[in-house]
Amino acid sequence: MMPLLTTKGLSRNFGGLRAVDGVDFALMPGEIRAVIGPNGAGKTTFVSLVSGRIQPSSGMIVFDGADITNLPAYARVRLGIAYTFQITSVFANLTAYDNVALPVQRTLTDGRSKGAVHAGVMAALERTGLADRAHMPAGQLSYGHQRLLEVAMGLALKPRLLILDEPTQGLADSEIDNFIGLVREIAKSATVLLIEHNMPVVMQLADRITVFNAGKILAEGTPEQVRANAEVQAAYLGTTP
Amino acid sequence: MKEVSPAKAYALHLGVIALLFALSFVLPEYHHGLLARIMVLAVFAMGYNMLFGYVGLLSLGHAMFFSAGLYGAGLAVIHLGWSVPAAFAAGLACGALLALIIGVLALRTSGVAFMIVTMMFAQVFYLIILYFASWTGGDQGLVVPQSARVLVLGSTSLGLTNPTVRYMSALALFSIVLLVTLAVVRSRYGRVLVAIRENEERTKMLGYDTFSNKLAAVVVSGTICAASGAAYALLFGYVGSTFASVQYSILPLLWVLLGGAATTLGPLIGTLFMYYVVDITSGYTSAYLLIVGIALILLVLFFPKGILGTIRQRWLGWLP
Ligand SMILES: Nc1ncnc2c1ncn2[C@@H]1O[C@H](COP(=O)(O)OP(=O)(O)OP(=O)(O)O)[C@@H](O)[C@H]1O
Ligand SMILES: [Mg+2]
Repeated sequence: MMPLLTTKGLSRNFGGLRAVDGVDFALMPGEIRAVIGPNGAGKTTFVSLVSGRIQPSSGMIVFDGADITNLPAYARVRLGIAYTFQITSVFANLTAYDNVALPVQRTLTDGRSKGAVHAGVMAALERTGLADRAHMPAGQLSYGHQRLLEVAMGLALKPRLLILDEPTQGLADSEIDNFIGLVREIAKSATVLLIEHNMPVVMQLADRITVFNAGKILAEGTPEQVRANAEVQAAYLGTTP
Repeated sequence: MKEVSPAKAYALHLGVIALLFALSFVLPEYHHGLLARIMVLAVFAMGYNMLFGYVGLLSLGHAMFFSAGLYGAGLAVIHLGWSVPAAFAAGLACGALLALIIGVLALRTSGVAFMIVTMMFAQVFYLIILYFASWTGGDQGLVVPQSARVLVLGSTSLGLTNPTVRYMSALALFSIVLLVTLAVVRSRYGRVLVAIRENEERTKMLGYDTFSNKLAAVVVSGTICAASGAAYALLFGYVGSTFASVQYSILPLLWVLLGGAATTLGPLIGTLFMYYVVDITSGYTSAYLLIVGIALILLVLFFPKGILGTIRQRWLGWLP
């Protein structure tokens, strides 16, 4: 089977800092892949390169067999790469409804979905449990609901690859349980790349785990393999192996 | 934007149009003429609002789009002897083309740089008008001959100098632009424009080519402003370089701020308000600009979102 996403020698420097440093990465279709690593390891930078939000200093990104390294972000979204922000970035002055209507009408225009905007919006809001808050301004939703709205917007893009950057940050435990169910359901129709600090969530969801440290991939494998890896433990404990 | 009461919004707008229609039969001559002028200039304000209110792009150069329509239509009549509809179309085409060129160049910038770049282009446009004085009449301007300002419809010909014809023509243009604006801002495209205003980065990450969307908005805005300019030349019979000066780039901004940015009826209310404040105060004192200034400051203090913007915020959330 051909990987859905591959990166070759992907790098990004910020001044002298190599935030992402020669990363070779492959993701199989249908997988739930967790990306973990200490703060500042380069996880957000890595997925930002994949989504096109920032440009690489060098290296190559291939999605579904096509080189997308030079595609602008909006074109990658239309190919099916959806990115949800680590720092909540919903349209605070627009209603939850309008926030989701934007991605829904995009997929309709692209011919990647069918039907009416209204039905698509309500479906995405229902899946994330926000339907009864449809007409509230997004900025007035609780923090947890704003995170869910981010996910709803990602879902509404009908992604083939959904990138979730720390989606459970700031969620209550009960909300996290619902969230795990939601990701499992999403994974039936999309490949999921999940950056997550919450290890129980990672262990429950991930098929495979990639560990970042200092801009490089430190280890990769099944949850059991990663848990047993001494280097990984050292990276998290902050000592050199 | 929301899924509430489209009927209510359309009823309100049709009501405003009906009211303006009825006013034509009751207003005394002076106010009748003034209102015709206000409606034409409100179209200018609506064009400006499309870009400033909905997309959040503050241009300081919209006088060039108004004048592109003004001179496009006026010179086509004066020098080429074109008919009124052809000249109007020429004005629109000039505005649309100019907006396309300016949009491609100016949209490389944003924020303060966009303000400065648009202002510079407008200044260049103004100087070009002065430079080609043999064609444009320079700072004296040109009068569009009365004999040419006749709209021929089949066997009837309507003189645009006739007050009623002039009022109804202004109303027709105003109504079309108002309803088009309403339809645009309620459409999917309008939702994207507002999203760009609120957070352009995020909008890109939802799959939107924000540059193209903004460029389209500049062209729509420029064309509407040109329609206002073209109508002005044909209905009031004068083209002059003052309309290309920086003052006429700032006026639509003031009208829109007064009436309420990103409201469909705000531009009319702002233009109307400003004209009547100037009109009334200048009747009492020669220091009327001082009073206008004070009125503006009070408005900004008590109605920071403009007249209609504040009404929408406090009472009528459904206003488009
Ligand atoms: N726009 C930027 N300009 C300069 N430096 C940056 C920028 N973005 C990230 N960095 C730096 O790059 C490094 C990697 O940051 P990144 O946000 O990718 O880490 P992360 O793994 O997502 O961390 P966290 O777990 O805290 O979210 C950090 O040292 C960070 O300070
Ligand atoms: Mg991060």
